[in-house]
Amino acid sequence: MIEMHDVWKTYPDGTEAIRGMNLKVDANEFVYVVGPSGAGKSTFMKMIYREEKPTKGTIFVNGFNLGKLKARKIPFVRRNIGVIFQDFRLLPKLTVAENVAFALEVIEAPKRLIKRRTSEVLELVKLRDKADSFPNQLSGGEQQRVAIARAIVNNPAVIIADEPTGNLDPDTSWEIMKLLDEINYRGSTIIMATHNKEIVNTRRRRVIAIEKGQIARDQQRGEYGYED
Amino acid sequence: MKISTLRRHLREGSRSLYRNGWMTFASISSISISLFILGLFLILGINVNHMSKQIEDQVTIQAFLQLETPQDVRQEIQKKIEAMPEVRKVVFISKEEALEEMRETMGDPLEGLDGENNPLPDGFDIEVKDPRNVQSVTDQILSLNEGREPKPLEQVKYGKDTIDALFKVTSIVRTIGLAFVIALVFTSMFLISNTIKLTILARNREIKIMKLVGATNGFIRWPFFIEGALIGFQGALIPAALLTYGYHLMLEFLQPGLVTVMLKMAPFESTVYPVAGVLMLIGLAIGIWGSTLSVRKFLKV
Repeated sequence: MIEMHDVWKTYPDGTEAIRGMNLKVDANEFVYVVGPSGAGKSTFMKMIYREEKPTKGTIFVNGFNLGKLKARKIPFVRRNIGVIFQDFRLLPKLTVAENVAFALEVIEAPKRLIKRRTSEVLELVKLRDKADSFPNQLSGGEQQRVAIARAIVNNPAVIIADEPTGNLDPDTSWEIMKLLDEINYRGSTIIMATHNKEIVNTRRRRVIAIEKGQIARDQQRGEYGYED
Repeated sequence: MKISTLRRHLREGSRSLYRNGWMTFASISSISISLFILGLFLILGINVNHMSKQIEDQVTIQAFLQLETPQDVRQEIQKKIEAMPEVRKVVFISKEEALEEMRETMGDPLEGLDGENNPLPDGFDIEVKDPRNVQSVTDQILSLNEGREPKPLEQVKYGKDTIDALFKVTSIVRTIGLAFVIALVFTSMFLISNTIKLTILARNREIKIMKLVGATNGFIRWPFFIEGALIGFQGALIPAALLTYGYHLMLEFLQPGLVTVMLKMAPFESTVYPVAGVLMLIGLAIGIWGSTLSVRKFLKV
């Protein structure tokens, strides 16, 4: 599903964020990405959804070679990748249902499909009764569930979650994890960057530790392994 | 593009007009003001042109013959003037006709000057094709005197001062107007591109999300073009309407005064429609161009 071969990323200011990375993630895996701040986690995640382009090396996602991808084609790769952030990134002036439908509208999906898919995923994240609320009327956990609903609404093969529980209290974090498990169970590959030791150590999955731009550890059913 | 997509772009474009309320208001008013001044200059220009044509048409050269000029010399001179390429028309005015004309304007005091007592000379009224050639034609007519004794032409004249002043005024109005208009058009474009820039910055979040979920660049750009075009269109609509009504009023109040000096303002329809059309086109162009500038610069899609 995701393959990296000798990937390097140097920013224009000279920062070497990723220094020679090799990696293979199979379809339907659930991967934690851990490591100290500034070690290259964010760059790693951004390269998967082609927000950043590798300076050297090849990245394959869903069969697309992201290093050689023409800018014009980027949108079509993104349609197969759902992205979730720590700060939710919802549109404040749209309702919950509109926020979710937005992801389908902008890719010009047919109206009937938009309606059906929106209510399906709202059902999945258990927010059907809040469909007409605005984001500022929701709790943090609910907002993150809206963001997840938006990320999965067009059935992406890969979900990129960048610290999805970073802003949430422990109970709510567990709710979100359950939801991500459910999505994983339904067939999406999930790459999740996190600083949440408890979650990583309790729900054991594959752990990739990134340090100084390189993969320091890659373990099945691994531990968090840091003290913070 | 699908119809439903087009409808969405239109909705989004017009929605951000409301969302950016004050900014939209500011840029629409700035375009309105610019285009209003532009329109005013256009109407003024059309009228100056229209009236200077009328004045130019009234410009004729008058050539007067010596009192005792024989008829064959007179006819020869007339033929020579008619042969000049710049001349449109030559009319012979006999001394009797000249007296008659004078009587019409001055009346009684001229009584008893008929026949032998008529002090007026025979003459020609000469119309030229292009009023700018009046001076050179006058010189050419005067040169017909050369090599003849006695000189048959006594006096050749035209309304020199009127024409020179008129030309000066029209060329000044044209130059100033053009410079003014170019400056204003650029100011308006700058203002619109600034407004769209603010829209883009205000909708930065939305644009980022659109990119994340896989919207194409074209899809992201469209609402901004539409917003720009709508701003330009509305900015043009206001001055177009004001100037149309205003010109209607001007015709009503100024025309009667101008008739007394033998001038007519440019007719309503052939003035107002082209001006309104030009304003609309320029408004749309400024709007679309302004948004293109911003989109290219700030929307690194």
